[in-house]
Amino acid sequence: MRDILAELEERRVRARLGGGARRIEAQHAKGKLTARERVELLLDPGSFEEYDTFVTHRCGDFGMEGNHVPGDGVVTGWGTVNGRMVYVYSQDFTVFGGSLSETHAQKICKVMDMAMRNGAPVIGLNDSGGARIQEGVASLGGYAEVFQRNVLASGVVPQISVIMGPCAGGAVYSPAMTDFIYMVKDTSYMFVTGPDVVRTVTNEVVTAEELGGASTHTRRSSVADAAFENDVLALAETRRLIDFLPLSNREKPPRRPFFDDPARIEPSLDTLVPENPNQPYDMRELIAKLADEGDFLEMQEGFAANVLTGFVRLEGSTVGVVANQPMVLAGVLDIDSSRKAARFVRFCDAFSIPILTLVDVPGFLPGTAQEYGGVIKHGAKLLFAYGEATVPKVTVITRKAYGGAYDVMASKHLRGDVNYAWPTAEIAVMGAKGAVEILYRSEAGDAEAIERRTNEYEREFASPFKAAERGFVDEVVQPRSTRARVCRAFASLRNKELTNPWKKHDNIPL
Amino acid sequence: MPLFDKILIANRGEIACRIIKTARRMGIRTAAVHSDADANALHVRMADEAVRIGPPPAAESYIDIERVMGAVRETGAQAVHPGYGFLSENPLFAAALAAEGIAFIGPPEGAIEKMGDKITSKKIAAEAGVNTVPGHVGPVEDADQAVRIAREIGYPVMLKASAGGGGKGMRIAWDDDDCREGFQASRNEAKASFGDDRMFIEKFVTRPRHIEIQVLADRHGNAIYLGERECSIQRRNQKVVEEAPSPFLDEATRRAMGEQAVALARAVDYSSAGTVEFIVDGDRDFYFLEMNTRLQVEHPVTELVTGVDLVEQMIRIAAGEPLAMTQDDVALKGWAIESRLYAEDPYRGFLPSTGRLTRYRPPAETEGYAPGTAPGQAGDAVIRNDAGVFEGGEISRFYDPMIAKLCTWAPDRAGAVRAMRGALDGFEVEGIGHNLPFLSAVMGHPRFASGDVTTAFIEEEYPDGFGGAVLPEGDLRLLAASAAAMHRVAEVRRARISGRLDHHERQVGDEWVVAFEGPGGAPRERFEMKVEADRDGASVRMAGGTTFRVASDWRPGARLARLDVGGERLLVKVDAITQGFRLRWRGADLRARVRTPRQAELAALMPVKAPPDTSKLLLCPMPGLLVSLAVAEGDEVEEGQALATVEAMKMENVLRAERKGRVAEVNVAPGESLQVDQVILGFA
Repeated sequence: MRDILAELEERRVRARLGGGARRIEAQHAKGKLTARERVELLLDPGSFEEYDTFVTHRCGDFGMEGNHVPGDGVVTGWGTVNGRMVYVYSQDFTVFGGSLSETHAQKICKVMDMAMRNGAPVIGLNDSGGARIQEGVASLGGYAEVFQRNVLASGVVPQISVIMGPCAGGAVYSPAMTDFIYMVKDTSYMFVTGPDVVRTVTNEVVTAEELGGASTHTRRSSVADAAFENDVLALAETRRLIDFLPLSNREKPPRRPFFDDPARIEPSLDTLVPENPNQPYDMRELIAKLADEGDFLEMQEGFAANVLTGFVRLEGSTVGVVANQPMVLAGVLDIDSSRKAARFVRFCDAFSIPILTLVDVPGFLPGTAQEYGGVIKHGAKLLFAYGEATVPKVTVITRKAYGGAYDVMASKHLRGDVNYAWPTAEIAVMGAKGAVEILYRSEAGDAEAIERRTNEYEREFASPFKAAERGFVDEVVQPRSTRARVCRAFASLRNKELTNPWKKHDNIPL
Repeated sequence: MPLFDKILIANRGEIACRIIKTARRMGIRTAAVHSDADANALHVRMADEAVRIGPPPAAESYIDIERVMGAVRETGAQAVHPGYGFLSENPLFAAALAAEGIAFIGPPEGAIEKMGDKITSKKIAAEAGVNTVPGHVGPVEDADQAVRIAREIGYPVMLKASAGGGGKGMRIAWDDDDCREGFQASRNEAKASFGDDRMFIEKFVTRPRHIEIQVLADRHGNAIYLGERECSIQRRNQKVVEEAPSPFLDEATRRAMGEQAVALARAVDYSSAGTVEFIVDGDRDFYFLEMNTRLQVEHPVTELVTGVDLVEQMIRIAAGEPLAMTQDDVALKGWAIESRLYAEDPYRGFLPSTGRLTRYRPPAETEGYAPGTAPGQAGDAVIRNDAGVFEGGEISRFYDPMIAKLCTWAPDRAGAVRAMRGALDGFEVEGIGHNLPFLSAVMGHPRFASGDVTTAFIEEEYPDGFGGAVLPEGDLRLLAASAAAMHRVAEVRRARISGRLDHHERQVGDEWVVAFEGPGGAPRERFEMKVEADRDGASVRMAGGTTFRVASDWRPGARLARLDVGGERLLVKVDAITQGFRLRWRGADLRARVRTPRQAELAALMPVKAPPDTSKLLLCPMPGLLVSLAVAEGDEVEEGQALATVEAMKMENVLRAERKGRVAEVNVAPGESLQVDQVILGFA
């Protein structure tokens, strides 16, 4: 017995060494941690339960026959984040460059299956050179097995990808189908085809960092949701994200003790909206002052900054926030911001996270670039997402809510549960100037008449009261007491029940 | 019976609010005036009524005599308090009021006129037997003449606009080049700010201290002095910290200065409150600088040590009352310090910052204290904050960047400094750049503590600007222990989230490593410790021996932590960051990561990243207007060469090349409004 125990221990030690001391050193030299070190940082100390420690590949070709490393390039299992269960896989770049073999894929699939059955998130720490070329189609099949599970798990348990090294070719499609992608600056990249192929095919000369680094994906492509300076910070922030999310679609969002007064009055919000309607202000200030403890976890901060998306807590419980940002492009909706917000709204709805929408939107962005780019269908995504969402929806219109964009931004008509407006709200088909130009085209040359008409239109519509008279706005609230109002609104919606008609699935304008 | 039914305050900001408070206490109604930029300002809210007097630029509102007179007529005010700046020393305004029978709460027109011109005032002072600095009498025509005169007097010289004040239109020149450049720059500034570009030159006294005497004179020939204020802590001739009394003066010098000040006041038939500024050298020889014929910004320190409400005295004098006190009644008791809170970013060369005050939480003022309260009557230490702003208010680019004056009083200087340090630690201002950390650093500076300062204190002690106070190791240990204790509280809360796996909850450990970080995450001091929490706080055992008891009211999310660490009371500004906190205390701004030993071990493997290279770019250091560009694409520039001029807060700031190079691209054009860090041009 003693010998057997000793052998187990000896095998474990060997497995934990992954690709060996030299490769671990090389990994560290690149500023990267090893697969196991990362798992250690992601999970509560001592909580990791590893599976398939001794799995090895079954490939007998191209010199692989004698080359077995226990674990086969991926560490899998489960553990806890602040005591809540999560499943994790962490690719080990020190073993065959983290390449994905049939067995490597099977290990990932095993924890994904368990996660779905047991209702816990899957966190993938990606650091892989790609397919195990020696295995050929077996490796490709392995990818597809993972992809299929990503699809089935979508909307069942939260899936989070942290890209901590290379992630290229087919490998990118697994993270692409997960809910959130975090990247590590300078040491991670994602692309379908690498710089060499790009040069051959399109003659473009581009570095891996330019093509698929953290900056590219957080600012240009919107593939990634956030990027962090190093592995340690990225994993700490992943824990922070997990703290906001329910473990599965069978659960309500988590609650935790909070140290903030739900009825906190913020007199400074009374002056947030400037007197001049064309002057911007920072919507983040409103979010911070509404949130518990001022804590806002922003997603996709660097992309389509004209809309803000992220998580806050109200009375200790997670709420998703979508807000127009007047600081950027006057908070207009366009293709990028519609896509960004739509995906966020659908995530929240899928996981029963209530949505707070803060509205200051002058409309949709005009122009050929937008129309040719299909703003009609992209804008419709956000409309669709809000319209189908059955989670509690609370909306506050702070200033402009013009035209179709008013409808889109969680309006009463899209089953908004509680729709508030500040006294500064202007709910109208369009701004007064534009409206008058159309309504009084015949008086176009008469500046005085136009000014009079503009004032008339403003008096009539540049207020929340026309909408309030119709019940499109449930109440006009004081900016300073918005936190209290919003907290109470969500409190009143805790037992909301609403279902959509049965369907196989909807047909959102993708 | 109040002396007046209603007074109008022809000013804005903190001083307008300050005057309203005293007027209200005296039972006098108040009328405020405001520009469009100040429609929601605090002084407008505080006054009984308010009148709009024009667009934001002061020239079209606060210093437009006709518009202010219109407001006076409209409100039916019987008297006008001009505050400081704006029209306070404009004899035409005093005359306009006199013409309509409105009382001017200030000195007679003649006295303003005589003292308002620095050249005339010097002559009069000399005649009245006041010591004066050697210099050239009469305005200087051009840069060449300036250089000639400067050589006669001997460098260093001070170039001063006749109408200058508040640091504008003033330059010190150390050589001919300085003199030429400074002359032109000061003259331009003077023209833009005051519409008067007359310049004069005088000897610049070395090792100088700026000490001024407060005088009060009535219309019945009585004149007294209320001791001195030391205002040596200045940056570019702009006062930053003032105190009363001066740690430098002896009783004989004080009396001599006071008597000369009173003599000067009498010589110009002065009435109201006024200030005679002196420059005092290392031998306590003092020279007349100028007389300010108005209420000074720093008047509260005098009020705190004398118990006299200067605004009340001004109102009484304007109503014709005789002074109710004599020189013998004036006693200086205790010590008062004033710190001027400016919307200027100390980390960016004190460049003005504008914008919305997203957070403004001053320390609590001492209850029961109001100007006029005898020293000591309100307690052993007094905190007074004169401010004209509120959370959610706007710091406008149109006016002076001073947003508050924080004053403390205590029976002795050390006590007043201690009270100031605590008050500054508890003062929360966010949304704009401000000099709170710098003020804290000054209060903690040993040279300031010793009282051994000159007007060059800031230049000498912070020659390369201000990068945050450097805390001694002992203080860092206190902060490290605080951070660990707070982090533990935050972690315990995190571990109490719903949905935990029963019986498999996370146990928060007690061993922590606190690592302070420099820019780019560069590791700095590191402390290992064991945190043992109990009901009343925690015992923090530092590796190496010391154990601190840490008690605190801090809860996650709180922005201000009140801590007791081993008997030391700390008031620390706290912002959560990933795995730790940003801590601001005593002028230091630090990032502390709090990690388990294992996390710390792995974090140590992470590369230190250099901050992005902006050395090849000229970034706009402050929000402002690009007045001019001195270079074009392709130009070769030398180190120190002027590249662009940005105007902000009425100050022209010349941006210079930090090294030799070639201009590769120009990104903006003159006339454009620029944001902080906007790229103006790039070098090859």
